[in-house]
Amino acid sequence: MHLISIDDLSAADIENLFTLSDGFLEIASRPIKKVPTLRGRTIINLFLEPSTRTQSSFELAGKRLSADVINIKGSTSSVVKGESLKDTILTLESYRPDVIVMRHPQVGAARLATRYTNASVVNAGDGTGEHPTQCLLDLYSLRRVYGALQGLKVAIVGDVLRSRVARSNLFGFRKMGIEVRLVGPPTLMPPGIEYWQVPVYHDLEALDEVDVVYLLRMQLERAKGKVPPVPSLREYSRLWGVSPYCLKPHQRVMHPGPINRGVELSADLADDDRSLILHQVESGLAVRMAILYQCLAGSLGEESAT
Amino acid sequence: MMVMGEGNGGEATRSKVIMDEEQISRTLARMTHEIAEQVADLSRLVLVGIQRGGVDLAERLAELFQTFYALRPPTGAVDITFYRDDLDVRLGRQHGQPKVHLTRLPFDVTDKIVVLVDDVLYTGRTIRAAIDALFDYGRPQAVRLAVLVDRGHRDLPIRPDFVGKNVPTSRKERVVVRLKESEGIDQVVIEE
Repeated sequence: MHLISIDDLSAADIENLFTLSDGFLEIASRPIKKVPTLRGRTIINLFLEPSTRTQSSFELAGKRLSADVINIKGSTSSVVKGESLKDTILTLESYRPDVIVMRHPQVGAARLATRYTNASVVNAGDGTGEHPTQCLLDLYSLRRVYGALQGLKVAIVGDVLRSRVARSNLFGFRKMGIEVRLVGPPTLMPPGIEYWQVPVYHDLEALDEVDVVYLLRMQLERAKGKVPPVPSLREYSRLWGVSPYCLKPHQRVMHPGPINRGVELSADLADDDRSLILHQVESGLAVRMAILYQCLAGSLGEESAT
Repeated sequence: MMVMGEGNGGEATRSKVIMDEEQISRTLARMTHEIAEQVADLSRLVLVGIQRGGVDLAERLAELFQTFYALRPPTGAVDITFYRDDLDVRLGRQHGQPKVHLTRLPFDVTDKIVVLVDDVLYTGRTIRAAIDALFDYGRPQAVRLAVLVDRGHRDLPIRPDFVGKNVPTSRKERVVVRLKESEGIDQVVIEE
């Protein structure tokens, strides 16, 4: 049972995860924030790219389920000495882990890992590929706020070209009946976008009709050595940065984090009541607990239980 | 993914009603009196139903308390899915995934006399899980167990304090409690 892409899950699977997440959300308000469900299971968080939110929420998710969690961070691991991904996974497999949660700078790395381990592999972000758990927590957050997802209108704004979140969210949101549009400068839209069957706008006016504005960070670290995505961050923020004045009172703002105050969103928008950014983080913990639970105690993803 | 229940090759299940609406009503009334008799300090009594079968029963007992004793003990619900001991076995294969419901304890359990309420007592594993769940919320003064039906076959040293009806069963049989609140009818049946 792996979760590599948001397409590994059906809409019914996702609804199921929401129900589980409700249960796990309740745990966060208890004095003892722990349940014995995954007692004694081993979860390895292998993060070969930086992360605050994803890594900390998977770590806490595993611990609150009473599992044994170990965290391997790229910069302090032997990957720095040139160890290959295959060898890293084979080494970890010797511990017979139950789940490997993986973030890696290259697309397809999580899928590759499934070849070398019997553990469930959860993709926590593979380069510019996908970030399925982000999509799930975003959907859950929307569900908590709006109730029904069908018919919601969301605009994904910014560096779609290099964003794994944009990809997972586009596929996942549409699966749940949300109407998605992409908004951003043409230079930040992937080539071939016209085949994605999604409306694309190059003007912030496109935000007028939506319920939720989903902002993306400029993925500068993925643009190294290539043509710079925009002439300057200042120009980007003037033309594409969203502030509270761009939004109607009923509209909400989401962002996968980390935010760049003053670039894709103004500092005061980040602190505005309409921002769901911290709500997303709270949802993220519950959803990741649900995902770990599903990997080990339910059935999730590609291989359906027979 | 959702494969529910043990298939029995297409044969019809035989079912026998062992308690009807009237009997259930009288039994719950008697249990209410028993609880009132046994619990020393009614001001500290709380009724916690075990999801899902015990929740409506706990509410009914609370209502009966109100009727007979002009006092409605606080009620709550506890979901034991995350405390089960059989998650490995249930891996979506035979029984389908256990459905998660919410735990709702709108009071502090510490120093309370908690009466756990469930519909059917069988192996006792559910009760063990419920006690574990309860203790994650605080330190009750005492925990008692009230069940509508005790069908025997305990795997653990757990015994009920208040029993509606003792029903000897074989392991092949199933005891099903249906209540108006969720299924439109009050009855207890044995199915095979």
